[in-house]
Parts: sequence; C-alpha cells; structure tokens
Amino acid sequence: MTTQTSAPAAPARRTAGARRKPVLTVLTRRQYITTAVIAFVTFLVLWTAVTATGLVQPLFLPSPASVVEKLVEQAGNGQLWSDAAVSTYRVMVGYLLASALAIPIGVLCGAVPRIEAAIEPIMDFIRYMPVVAFVPLTVLWVGIDDPQKFLIIFLGTFFQQVLMFADAVRRVPLAYRNLGATLGLNRVQILVRIVFPSALPQIWDSLRITLGWAWTWLVVAELVAATEGMGYRITQAQRFLETDLIIGYVIVLGLLGLVFDQIMRALGRQFFRYLKGRS
Amino acid sequence: MSSTETLTRQPRVTVAGVSKQFGEVTALTDVDLVLGDREFVSVVGASGCGKSTLLSIIAGLEAPTTGSASIAGAEILGPGRDRGVVFQQATLLPWLSALDNVVFALDGEQGLSKRDRVERAREALAQVGLTGFEQAYPAQLSGGMQQRVALARSLAYGPSVLLMDEPFGALDALTRRTMQELLTQVWERNRMTVMLITHDIEEAVFLSDRVVAMTPRPGKVAAEYAIELPRPRTPDVIGNDAFREYYRDILDLIHRG
Repeated sequence: MTTQTSAPAAPARRTAGARRKPVLTVLTRRQYITTAVIAFVTFLVLWTAVTATGLVQPLFLPSPASVVEKLVEQAGNGQLWSDAAVSTYRVMVGYLLASALAIPIGVLCGAVPRIEAAIEPIMDFIRYMPVVAFVPLTVLWVGIDDPQKFLIIFLGTFFQQVLMFADAVRRVPLAYRNLGATLGLNRVQILVRIVFPSALPQIWDSLRITLGWAWTWLVVAELVAATEGMGYRITQAQRFLETDLIIGYVIVLGLLGLVFDQIMRALGRQFFRYLKGRS
Repeated sequence: MSSTETLTRQPRVTVAGVSKQFGEVTALTDVDLVLGDREFVSVVGASGCGKSTLLSIIAGLEAPTTGSASIAGAEILGPGRDRGVVFQQATLLPWLSALDNVVFALDGEQGLSKRDRVERAREALAQVGLTGFEQAYPAQLSGGMQQRVALARSLAYGPSVLLMDEPFGALDALTRRTMQELLTQVWERNRMTVMLITHDIEEAVFLSDRVVAMTPRPGKVAAEYAIELPRPRTPDVIGNDAFREYYRDILDLIHRG
C-alpha cells in the first residue's frame, strides 16, 4: 500500500480517492437486515448491561430476562390473553364504527363541494381538540364500561379519517371525472364507478394508519378508567410497583400494533394487486 | 386556403363565435371552426393558446362564455356518446384489465349482450394492435400501450367524432412516431371525424386533412391549411418537399403570431 503522503507519485490513485460518494447509498437486503439486527441486539445488550451492573435499580428498569419471565407468567395464568382479547375487541368495535361512518361521509365530502363546505370546517375544528381531554367527559356521558372506550376511539379516529378520505377522493385527477362524463355517466355513477374505486388504495392506507392511532386512544381510555384490558393492567401494575409487568405489556401493545399493521399491509397488497407494474 | 374537398364535406361540428373567459383570463376569443364529416383536423399552437379549451367546449366539458358549438346541427349542451375523447393521460381504470377498460365504455350501449360487448372490445383492441394483452392491467403496460387501450376504448362505442387532446404528448419520441402511424391506419379504416390537439406541427401535417393554427393571448384561429398530401400516408411523406413546405409555413405563422 502506498502512503497518502506520496500522493504526487500516484496521481491516478488520487483521482480515484477523490471520487464522490453517490448521493444515496443503496443497501442490499442482506446488509439492511444485518444492520437492523445488530442495532436491535446492541439495544438489548445495553439494556441488560445497565440492569446487571446495578446502574439502574430493577424497580425503575427491570432486566429483559425478568420482563420475559413476567410475561410468560401472565401468559401461563391466562391474564395476558384475556387482557389482550378485551382490548382488541374494544379497538375493533370503536375503529370499525368510526371507519364505517367516516368512509361515506369522507367520500361525499371529497366529491361534493357543498357537503365539503358544510362538514370540513367543523371537522377541522374538532380534530384539534385533544381527545385526551374528552376522557372525563365521556366517563360522565357513558360511564366506564366498553361504550366509553368505543367513544374515545371513535373521537380519536373518526374526524381525522373523514378528512383523510375526503383528501383521497379529491386527489383523483379531474381527467377521470371527465372520462366518466364523456362516456355518458351521471354524477352518481362517476362517483361510484370511477372516483371511489380510484381513491380506494389511498383510503385503505389511511385506514391502516388510523388503526394504529385507535390502539393509542384505547390505552389512554383504559389507563384512566377501566376494570380490565391492557391499559387497566398497566395502571394496576404501577400501583404494585411491578415495573416488569408494565414494560412487558407495553412491548405486547407494540407487537399487537405491529401485527395489525402487517395484516392491513398484506390485505392491501392483495386487494390492490393490479397496481403492481411491469418486471 | 381550403381545399375543394373540405368545402364539399358536410359539417359535423360547427363552432361559431366562441369565446371563453376564465375570470380575468380570456382563453378563447371569437373562434369559428368547422369540422367536416369524416375529416381529420389538427389544431396546433403554443401552450396557452386555448386549444385544449376549444376541445373541452366541443366535448361538452366546458360551456362557452359567448357563441355556441353544435354537432350535426344540434347545440352541444354537455358531453355525449356521439363524441369520444382521448386525453393526454390514458385515464385507464387501474383495477380493470385492458379488455375490461374497453368493455366499461360499452356498458352504456343499449341492446348489447355481455358477450357482444366483450367481442366488440376484443375487436377494438385488435385494431390498435393489442391482441394478446387483453388481460393485462394498465400498470403492466407501457405508456404507449396504455394510450392504445384508451384509443380502443373510444373506438369501441363508435362515436362520430373523436376528440384527442395531445394524446401522444406524454410519450417518448420513438413511441410517438409508432402511435402516429397507428392512428393514421386506424383513421383510414374508420374514417370518423377527428379533432387532434397538438403542439407538434410535424404530427399535425402528417395526420391531417386540415391544420388549424392558433395564436395565444387571447386564443384565436390565425390560419388554416388544407394538407393535400396523398393518402394513405406512410412515414416516407415526412421527407418530401410539399410536407416540409407545410411544416415551415405553419411554424413561421406560429412564431410570428
């Protein structure tokens, strides 16, 4: 190897050394996975190290091993499954109610200017009201049982969904509406047969994103007032200083969110296969 | 400047004294234009000369501010199946196969069974050279092939007037040339009235019986040229002197305007 100081003797080498890196470095799939795994393992090692050395007390941060142990215990006595089932049920009901209402309203909002004028400003106004602040109010209105959870999830997703779906419809190029008109379709037919199906992939994507939010709102509702569910168990654990249980449940909540997101992605890929291009 | 042939054609579309305002902007001013029956007319001009607006008015997608447009003597009050439109973007429905995109346009046809519709759609796709691609989704087709499907869709229901708004504007130069040859063949076979909007003068001269040149701000018809080149036309014609002369004349006019 020549040294850098002998540069004048090796002009070719110097030019090669001066080559600029491409603006975007593309990783192979293997490089990507390796990097991700290394980062993940590093994180676990650091966590273990911090707890094993006694740098942080287990009361504040238990070791990964004790978190896993606690989760296994909860799974064994069935509590984890019943908590997860109750929470999943609540998310599904609240989210499906919101979506079922938001799709027609959002689509009409995006397609009919007068409906847009009537609805959008209200939605825009309400969606900036923090949903968390509605929790006490909803308890007052409907108590602390399931309907209150549905309501919070509904309030947290519905208004955003309406705006997102309206936007998806508005993004369908005018040329498609014109096409429908030149083929002799009336406005309703253009909306039902052309505009709505064109907006569907985008609507599905918004549905996927808002499902993630629904999980967040559920936990918020359960933390405040509940007698079962993931959020409730976390509050209970705090009372008994069971930090390992809290962290375990938080991880499970993350996994549940991830699983539902992946399911939505897989369904989307299936429904919208036709968007896959050549090669 | 009009050829005798143009004068003897029955008018199919008549545009009389049409102006169009968009707020402060005058897109078109006092445009008179006749599309003869089975005539191929191109409208050329720089961007902003209102040529696309003119097409929208004939398509019935825009209403003129003053003046009127009529088809076969009846005033145009909205879009209709007597006029087919090919847009710059192919506007295919991505969830339908090439064949189903054409069948979609035939849904409005009275007295056609499902089987007849599919048969008509197959024929239309065959006309644009897409036999074998019936089941392909738009995303699997190249830009040129997508535009062929769009053309087939308009041919399938047999409108008497075909309106084309820079249909090849988004295609690369080589594909464009192929599409122009295809269009001239399709027109020879069907002989419907065509109005083609383009900014490509060579394309206009190659395809048309008559070229209408427009100048911008405000958009108006500056001149018309009857293109008396023999038909059927092949790309060889592009090199010959008469062709170059039409090309230069129109280019000069547009630059001067």
